[in-house]
Amino acid sequence: MNMKSKIERNPKDLGEVLLCTLDDLIPGSGVCALCEGRQVALFWLPELDPAVYAIGNYDPMGGANVLSRGIVGDIGGEVVVASPLYKHHYSLRDGHCLEEDSVFVPVYEVRVSDGAVYCKVPG
Amino acid sequence: MNEKLSVNAKDKKTIDVLVVGNGMVGHYYADKLAGLGGPFRVTVLGAETRPAYDRVHLSELFAGKKPEDLALTSAEEYEAKGIEAHFGEAAVSIDREAQIVTTSKNRKFRYDKLVLATGSYPFVPPIPGADHQACLVYRTIDDLGRIRAEAQFARKAVVIGGGLLGLECANALRNLGLDTHVVEFGPGIMGVQLDARGSQFLQRMIEELGVHVHTSKATQKIVPGRDTRLSLQFADKTSLDTDLVVFSAGIRPEDTLAREAGLEIGPRGGIVIDYHCRTSDSNIYAIGECAVFGGMVYGLVAPGYRMADAAVSQLTENKIPFQGADMSTKLKLLGVEVGSIGDAHGKTEGSVCYQYANEKKCIYKRINVSADGKKLLGAVLVGDTSDYDMLLQYALNGLELPEDPETLILPDTGNKPTLSSDALPLSATLCSCHNVTKGAVVTAMDEGALSLGEIKKCTKASTGCGGCAALLKSVVDAELAKRGVAVNNHICEHFAYSRQELFHICKVERIRTFPELLHRYGKGLGCDICKPAVGSILASLWNEYVLKTEHVGLQDTNDTFLANMQKDGTYSVVPRIAGGEITPDKLAVIARVAKKYDLYTKLTGGQRIDMFGARLHQLPAIWKELVEAGFETGHAYGKALRTVKSCVGSTWCRYGVQDSVGMAILLENRYKGLRSPHKLKSAVSGCTRECAEAQSKDFGVIATERGWNLYVCGNGGMRPRHADLFATDLDDETLIRYIDRFLMFYIRTADRLQRTSVWLENLEGGLDYLKSVIIDDKLGICAELEAQMEAVVGTYQCEWKTTIEDPERLKRFRQFVNAQDEDPQVVFVRERGQIRPAREEEKTVSEAGV
Repeated sequence: MNMKSKIERNPKDLGEVLLCTLDDLIPGSGVCALCEGRQVALFWLPELDPAVYAIGNYDPMGGANVLSRGIVGDIGGEVVVASPLYKHHYSLRDGHCLEEDSVFVPVYEVRVSDGAVYCKVPG
Repeated sequence: MNEKLSVNAKDKKTIDVLVVGNGMVGHYYADKLAGLGGPFRVTVLGAETRPAYDRVHLSELFAGKKPEDLALTSAEEYEAKGIEAHFGEAAVSIDREAQIVTTSKNRKFRYDKLVLATGSYPFVPPIPGADHQACLVYRTIDDLGRIRAEAQFARKAVVIGGGLLGLECANALRNLGLDTHVVEFGPGIMGVQLDARGSQFLQRMIEELGVHVHTSKATQKIVPGRDTRLSLQFADKTSLDTDLVVFSAGIRPEDTLAREAGLEIGPRGGIVIDYHCRTSDSNIYAIGECAVFGGMVYGLVAPGYRMADAAVSQLTENKIPFQGADMSTKLKLLGVEVGSIGDAHGKTEGSVCYQYANEKKCIYKRINVSADGKKLLGAVLVGDTSDYDMLLQYALNGLELPEDPETLILPDTGNKPTLSSDALPLSATLCSCHNVTKGAVVTAMDEGALSLGEIKKCTKASTGCGGCAALLKSVVDAELAKRGVAVNNHICEHFAYSRQELFHICKVERIRTFPELLHRYGKGLGCDICKPAVGSILASLWNEYVLKTEHVGLQDTNDTFLANMQKDGTYSVVPRIAGGEITPDKLAVIARVAKKYDLYTKLTGGQRIDMFGARLHQLPAIWKELVEAGFETGHAYGKALRTVKSCVGSTWCRYGVQDSVGMAILLENRYKGLRSPHKLKSAVSGCTRECAEAQSKDFGVIATERGWNLYVCGNGGMRPRHADLFATDLDDETLIRYIDRFLMFYIRTADRLQRTSVWLENLEGGLDYLKSVIIDDKLGICAELEAQMEAVVGTYQCEWKTTIEDPERLKRFRQFVNAQDEDPQVVFVRERGQIRPAREEEKTVSEAGV
């Protein structure tokens, strides 16, 4: 599937948008997609189930849209991405910052179906 | 301080504490008391119009700092802490009976407890002519303002007084560009802290910096000069012309207020206090330089803080006494390291003295040892204070000295005794900035803080000047070992191996991917510590393209996108300019590209050109143009060889003895792309004048008449280290062979993110061992090291060239996988003719908008 800049509504579920294809993702790493004007960082960890995670691309500690360009891994059992700016770790499951308890990034619901990646539009 | 103070609970009514004086000590007291909470209402009166500031670093005002940089607090901060503060309002009288203080604005403040922290004033000797407009003192920010104003009319300046403060002042005057002289009454400068020889060493060093020193000079009068504003007339009939005089001949306690209120005053001035810091009136305390304890005025800030600690504690249940303070000190005067501990002059009866003097390196060290040779009484250090912390521990804790005490101050030849942290008593102060004892660290560990980071956080140890970091670590390691917690060098939670062990595993087992290594030797998914480290190991061993699908997830963003991420998420681009040599045509290419993409350009310290502000999606187009014009990646983003700087060498320079540019280009091209535990920097100088600064590099080369001298393990930056001379008069071939071996040995054995300087310091056996491995092939691995380097050199590829030729790889260089938009939060404004990232308030686009 070749994606252009248009975002299509998935007819099956009006609460979701089709973001991109699995081919656009990079195993063991992240990319960024636009979802209704929001920057969403998408991570593909093929060894996990679920394998695709989506959080906000904005690093609130570093103050720039960079989280999709961080290294993914796990710290104490938590699946995380390390921001490339100042290496803060954010949970891919609930968005909390491991170094700063009160800081969170948004988490988005994603689903992979037939090689396509869908994201639930936040309310 | 980490003590817990509890407030007397039975008296719940408000206690009014009035603090007179807002210098460093008065501020420390008010801040600490307010921080306790409790029933205290703290009011502060400051005679100066400014809130408390750092007087110790006053001279930096002439070296570019602004008064606000020295501020210790602000009116707002006091307000937030519930402290009522009045600045520019001095206390003028105390009615002790009514417990009321009247101020210069004729206002009255009632107190339950009064704390006098009025400080001191500079002593101006009664010399005729000392009242001239161009005769000033050095104590406050306002004094510096006056000095600066008078300095406009001055070319030459004299400081009267060669003590600690006088030399600080001389530094300030020198920073103003004045021809600076120091006049000292005694036979040597810093006579209190240094012995005669140490004083001579210091004098020689500061004279080399252009400050003239005149000792044994008693100034009798100050008269107008013939060609200068003033002339100092000395008792020995000589004279010294000057335009400006600053007195720094000692301090006197500011005790007028206390004197007039009838408090007991010492015979030579100063408010007499007991070990509770209480004056002769039990409701009045005195702290800092206005106080005299046991007949002594403490003119340093640290004892003042200890007095404040004691005085604060008197208002709580947990009273601590002030029992005098150690006057040992370590500082930098005009850039010269000076240290003085305890009995510096060896006045104790029967004391035995050991000295080390090196006139070439300008280093002087002396220790004074008790008659039985067991205890350290005092020390003097000039030019090198690296032994200070260790010596201070010996002196303060009465630790038994090694059999040959002189080994403590002799140059380290590998046999230097190290102070076992086990030998330190719990009362030993590890961190003098925050007064943290070994006991406090052990307590913190008992309470569960086991990592160095946690211990620093809860005790504040090693968060001031950081000078005690090594000592703290050894104490923590020893404590951990005692508790049976193995001190491990595991790289992270995913691998129970050090970097060196992982390197060995990958090499021996011929492991080529991260998943394979993780599967066989690790657990979990990996993290941002182990992934880049393993990525680097694999690159050093097999030198595959770093963006191969199986390696891409291992790389830091800089390696992933082959550029350096900046604070706003954009990247900078640095093409390789080997040896710093570039043709006009290539300069024009850089200019064209930078202009076309509107990039901010700046010259780097490594003799190349950095272009900032490239957006992710622009990187391939920028590099396509650069590669087509013959440029290669500069690896500025990688833990890899950065640059080999050079001076112009024998080709052009009148003094050059070898072609340093040619050698630099050869070396840079040989090692470019070499992945290593940390970045690598190098330089080649064409003669002994060393214009390329090779001795501050990981490997540096200096030309000689007969070939090349090789230096290793130098560093600039945060932790400078002078490189060690490794081998002399090498021919080209031998030079390269040694560097090949040296670099590969480092890559094999260093820890993650360990520069060569730290690596060498941690290498057992040090430089001699390194020489035996690299030169004498003691381990029999040199052939292998060379073969490995040959393999890396032979498989070099420019990563950017590979990347722009591969459409699959280029897919990564998109801001969004599903849109062509740019990141709306990347906003530039123009400054000095170029772009720079907009500050938050300058951004007009909102966070969510696209």
